[in-house]
Amino acid sequence: MLRLPRLDYLRPRSVGEATELAAKHPGAMFIAGGTDLVPNLKRRQFNATTLISLNALPDGRLVEGDIHHGVTIGARVTLDELARHEMLGSPFRALAQACGSVSTPQVRYMGTLGGNLLVDPRCNYYNQTYSWRKAVGFCLKKDGDICLVARSSPRCWAVSSSDSAPAALALNAEVTLQGVEGTRRMAAAALYRDDGIDYTSKRPDEVITTIHLPAVEGRMTSAYWKLRRRPAFDFPILGVAVAITWDGGAVREARAALGAVASHPVDITSFLAPLEGARPTEDLIAEVAEAADKPSRPLDNTDLSHYWRKRMTKVYIERALRDACGLEPLGGRLTAQVRAGAG
Amino acid sequence: MPIADRVAVRLRVNGEEVAVMVPPYKTLLEVLREDLGLTGTKHGCELGECSTCGVLVDGRPYLSCLAMPLDLEGREITTVEGMADGSEPDPLQVAFAELGAAQCGYCTPAMLLTARALLDHDPHPTRDAIKEALSGVLCRCTGYLKIFEAVELAASRGRRHG
Ligand SMILES: Cc1cc2nc3c(=O)[nH]c(=O)nc-3n(C[C@H](O)[C@H](O)[C@H](O)COP(=O)(O)OP(=O)(O)OC[C@H]3O[C@@H](n4cnc5c(N)ncnc54)[C@H](O)[C@@H]3O)c2cc1C
Ligand code: SF4
Ligand code: FES
Ligand code: FES
Repeated sequence: MLRLPRLDYLRPRSVGEATELAAKHPGAMFIAGGTDLVPNLKRRQFNATTLISLNALPDGRLVEGDIHHGVTIGARVTLDELARHEMLGSPFRALAQACGSVSTPQVRYMGTLGGNLLVDPRCNYYNQTYSWRKAVGFCLKKDGDICLVARSSPRCWAVSSSDSAPAALALNAEVTLQGVEGTRRMAAAALYRDDGIDYTSKRPDEVITTIHLPAVEGRMTSAYWKLRRRPAFDFPILGVAVAITWDGGAVREARAALGAVASHPVDITSFLAPLEGARPTEDLIAEVAEAADKPSRPLDNTDLSHYWRKRMTKVYIERALRDACGLEPLGGRLTAQVRAGAG
Repeated sequence: MPIADRVAVRLRVNGEEVAVMVPPYKTLLEVLREDLGLTGTKHGCELGECSTCGVLVDGRPYLSCLAMPLDLEGREITTVEGMADGSEPDPLQVAFAELGAAQCGYCTPAMLLTARALLDHDPHPTRDAIKEALSGVLCRCTGYLKIFEAVELAASRGRRHG
């Protein structure tokens, strides 16, 4: 039996108490659904000696507000609830799709949005049992001193593997954090750092309490597309989230972010500028998608080859854009090109 | 402060209140199998990747290998041992046996419970809904078809027969 290390299990009754316990126990970690943390701890990827459960807190389980005033989601709302939540209709659909595409129904019943935003960046050399890592040679991220993917690199390139993170960026979401020093609210993008080890700006004593989706003015559509080997189970090896606000048939603003191509979710909004003010035709979407894959630089440290993940980035951007524009997602030029190339 | 060797955990398993003294870092899977003797719940990957350790918590499929017992106090836990009604098996168990929906049987407890959760929420599911609901439970033997057929047979017979 693969077991957890010896640890204390604390169950605070308020967020304030949780943050104080975290400040008092260096190396303590919060646990919500445990679906990322427990496997990682069983593989000894962290040295935590204390878990602080967020599951006895009285709050954090509600979805409030509406499209016109903005929606506030408690950090402990489960992925299953969000995948089918009526509040996450058309404008916020990308988030529902992202949550609904996480792993299996079982993991979605247990896993929460807060935990999903903070998934520990993954790597083929890291998400392995202790004995596997010991046999191959430990790496920078845990127990070792070199990166096994990029041996001369001074940093870790573990992959941001959260499905909801790119959706949160595309939807311009904000998160509220509460810590011993007070409460702060920041753009979802500011939660992340481009580093496979030190991947979040959240301080260890801070609890994510809520995620906010801003009020929608006029019409907005969004979509999330995810690449993985087994659709029923796997982490993303590429995720594309797109959100578009409309002025009639023309794009007012288009935002997008990529998941699983770097150590943080990558905002590619600036590449969508040619869409603004335009009616998105098939050709325009393909052109924009073709250029917008530039920041995608996957390394050879997840499933499938990094060549293929790079090759598919523009294709998935095209699919997500077409989806958000109400066009048949698989009917675009870039999809036709890969089909012809593969056939 | 030293780490507690054992803590008291009160669980409600298959309708019965049970109290155990266990290390706080034991997962529900370990407590069920090792402390409560309920070995019907199987262990596979122990990492959330196969669902063979599936149980129901308040009627929803949960992975016992990732669930922490202290957080489940007050919740209703159902294992495969709790499916039969006295000596009368659940219609799903009957249908699985009749149609040969189990080969090695290792995934069967989780398949049965996951299917039970589905039928309790959706008594007449489509084939697609069955596939989606069971998609997390890995079976390396049957090829799934007989399992889908057994769930459909049980659904057609209703909650309990006889
Ligand atoms: C087989 C398998 C497949 C998976 N596939 C996917 C996938 O496809 N896509 C994906 O995105 N994820 C996937 N996951 C990872 C995980 O299941 C999900 O990301 C899930 O949403 C994590 O949420 P949780 O509540 O279980 O987090 P936990 O495991 O409880 O916590 C994860 C991290 O977040 C921190 N944390 C949690 N909540 C808070 C909070 N409110 N405030 C501060 N810190 C907090 C914890 O300290 C920990 O560091 C998979 C996991 C498994 C086992
Ligand atoms: S990217 Fe390098 S340092 Fe980071 S987990 Fe992988 S092998 Fe280790
Ligand atoms: S043993 Fe729990 S998911 Fe595999
Ligand atoms: S019957 Fe053998 S794993 Fe399913």
